[in-house]
Amino acid sequence: MTTNEILSKLPYSKPFLFVDELLQIDENGATGTFTFDKDLDFYNGHFKDAPVTPGVILTETMAQIGLVCLGIYLSGTANAELKAHVMLTSTAIDFMKPVFPGEKVTVVAEKVYFRFKKLNCNVLMKNEAGDVVCKGSISGMVTTKMHD
Amino acid sequence: MDKAELLNKLKDIISPYAQDKEALEHISEDTDFIGDLKMNSANLVDVVLDIEEEFKIEIDNESMEKMLTVKAALEVISAKI
Repeated sequence: MTTNEILSKLPYSKPFLFVDELLQIDENGATGTFTFDKDLDFYNGHFKDAPVTPGVILTETMAQIGLVCLGIYLSGTANAELKAHVMLTSTAIDFMKPVFPGEKVTVVAEKVYFRFKKLNCNVLMKNEAGDVVCKGSISGMVTTKMHD
Repeated sequence: MDKAELLNKLKDIISPYAQDKEALEHISEDTDFIGDLKMNSANLVDVVLDIEEEFKIEIDNESMEKMLTVKAALEVISAKI
């Protein structure tokens, strides 16, 4: 499955799509980027007069690139006909640096295991300076149904 | 390993994933992982992976799909150790 095919299978759209490019994907991991448009609505409230990207949005960005793209790829390798969905089941993330409006980030995900439909990845996000912004562990169930 | 011993080992494995601690205390063969212990499907995978490690066995997809209750889990483990 090509990176473009994977992007076309993502179940998100604006304002909740947090993947711009999928640079690399194989059975062991994925790398992708996203640029946080300075006009994203949540910056109006997080925080008042001091916009910074919420941690939940950074977590979501890592999940979309690391877990969902990789889950779609892995299930597509097993059965190309299946329409895969990835349901987030757990996260443990450490945050090191703030991400401000307009910043571009790169997410690198490494598969820890994919067994019995559960995908567990180590994920890491860097800013354009190459500094680690946040990192941790994310898991989800790769299913063929939207809700399970 | 007798049945009581096996159940005790299984209880230790399940413990970190069981949301309902009271149901865990009253664990029996009839205990259902999702219904009684309030696990999610990902916890169920964690339990199976931990069982593999603890008992040094390999569990296939077919067996895993059956392991929804303590009774079924004990049967799968007993057949493989």
